[in-house]
Amino acid sequence: MINLGLEFEKPLIELEKRIEDLKEFGLKKGIDLSNEIAILEKKADTLRKEIFENLTPWQRIMIARHPKRPTALEYINLIFDEFIEFRGDRAFRDDGAIVGGIAGLGGRPVTVIGTQKGRDTKENIARNFGMPHPEGYRKALRLMKQAEKFRRPIVSFVDVVGAYPGVEAEERGQGLAIAHNIAEMAKLATSIIVVITGEGGSGGALAVGVGDKLIMLENAYFSVISPEGCAAILWKDGSRAQEAAEMLKLTAPDLKAQGFIDEMLHEPQGAAHKDGVAMARVIREAITRGIDELSGIPPRRLIERRYARLRRTGEFAVREIPASDLPMAAAGNEDMPITPDLPDLEGGCDET
Amino acid sequence: MPNLKGIFQGKQKFVTVKAGTVREEAPDGLWTKCGKCGGILYKKELTLNLGLCGDCGFHFRLSARERIAITLDENSLVEYDEELLTVDPLGFPGYNIKVEAAKQATGLDEAIITGKGSIDGYPVLAGFMDFSFVGASMGSVVGEKVARLFERAARQRVPVIIFCASGGARMQEGMFSLMQMAKTAASCARLSGTRTLYISVLTNPTTAGVFASFGSLGDIIIAEPGALVGFTGQRVIEETIRQKLPPGFQTAEFALEHGLIDMIVDRRNMRKTLGSLLSLHGGRRQDAG
Ligand SMILES: [Zn+2]
Repeated sequence: MINLGLEFEKPLIELEKRIEDLKEFGLKKGIDLSNEIAILEKKADTLRKEIFENLTPWQRIMIARHPKRPTALEYINLIFDEFIEFRGDRAFRDDGAIVGGIAGLGGRPVTVIGTQKGRDTKENIARNFGMPHPEGYRKALRLMKQAEKFRRPIVSFVDVVGAYPGVEAEERGQGLAIAHNIAEMAKLATSIIVVITGEGGSGGALAVGVGDKLIMLENAYFSVISPEGCAAILWKDGSRAQEAAEMLKLTAPDLKAQGFIDEMLHEPQGAAHKDGVAMARVIREAITRGIDELSGIPPRRLIERRYARLRRTGEFAVREIPASDLPMAAAGNEDMPITPDLPDLEGGCDET
Repeated sequence: MPNLKGIFQGKQKFVTVKAGTVREEAPDGLWTKCGKCGGILYKKELTLNLGLCGDCGFHFRLSARERIAITLDENSLVEYDEELLTVDPLGFPGYNIKVEAAKQATGLDEAIITGKGSIDGYPVLAGFMDFSFVGASMGSVVGEKVARLFERAARQRVPVIIFCASGGARMQEGMFSLMQMAKTAASCARLSGTRTLYISVLTNPTTAGVFASFGSLGDIIIAEPGALVGFTGQRVIEETIRQKLPPGFQTAEFALEHGLIDMIVDRRNMRKTLGSLLSLHGGRRQDAG
């Protein structure tokens, strides 16, 4: 097996190797070393806990980007009873960086979307390292509209470093595609569950990341800008990304504290790539729970809830203005709402 | 077009000669250099000429106040949500200082002014972004003001026009900033559901998070000539593809050619074009009769 250990795991990996060596030695020589092995294994357990319970933001990012981290398709195949992939945006081409289709979950049909990284170099080239072009986002939107039409829930798996920064992507309207996805997802008349499994890279992640329930794996991150990009802007030095990662408050625990995510899922010991099957089981339970929870809510109410959720994001202060200075009466402004009462949705969905 | 000379000369409060770009591009004295043809321009003349180079028509960047002065009917603006103030939700090092400096330099509280006004007598709810305020990046206050503008418009059934300009998200506000894309896009979609007109005008530069949210969601998308319009920053693209970008990449003209916007409108024709569009969408002049 290739050693894909991360820098901060090194002491643990060394210890694990010593245990293996000892086992092998004992077997070869016919000596009982079980006591010594047990002591070392206990030490390894303690060390593992120490490392993984005190991860820095940067260490979590390293885990989120780990080449062995399970991809969307791997999770999809482990979680759903059946998955039939649908392809193409019906306009330009099929973008391999986003996959989607229909799947069964405990006998229920759901639409599944996922940003898809490759497992090896060849697949990564085919999938553009999981960085979508506009047609990828448009495919995702097409499938989500289909889900709305057939009234099935949407599950969106997000693991994307960002929308692809390329010439053709700009020519085909990367910004427009992202804007439209966000706007449409905000008003889709079916439930949307978002699972951030690895990287949540800014607008490129948000374009498939608006939903009724946001679930995030413990070592995933979601950020307005990559730590490297942030460091480059602040200090003209991308190598100070570790510091930027601290400042951006982008880890799952941070975002849970900020109120952006509903549920943080704990990863198996040593992170998701150590046991994808166990991780998938946990995700499946969370998705099922989410769908159950949302299934009783009429579409119109679901949209209101989703809107209210997006609407309250943001932190600001309000300057005191003396009542006599308020421009309201003089200007004939009929309203100055803080909490919006919402306009009618014409041509919206029915209440069933 | 109304008497613009009058607007500029008469309203000290709105237009001063030390406009963001002008000052930026010529830190000293009364003269500035055209960013396109290199011609030397008398700043006062530039101000009187809508911020256009008299020789080549280059569109200089305008401050929000200058834009208001050349766009809305005189004295028609009643500002909304002036009381919203920026905070530092992440405790991001240096952020408070940066915002304070921007306030001092621009006389604004944030990167957008919103309010109700009229164009050629047609009522509009309008937003004017100001690039000299932290690159008109979108943080919580910008997002909130835009969302409230859309919501008011939806209730009042009055068209919205936003003059966009932005370097992107306000990264110092982290996820709070990113989510403003979703918030503004969602409220824009609500407005659309009420069949109320929204025109976005993309000025130099409109990029990243603003371009990928309400900037791109106009029923009609207009850009000013030569404006930088795009999602990803050019340096990032060059580093990714390891090639020089083609000339004219991500300009308004590029966006028009690739079908991303409806039209390019010269600043001299902007008011007239907006007036016609408002009229054709059933706008009723306030001062009629
Ligand atoms: Zn010129």
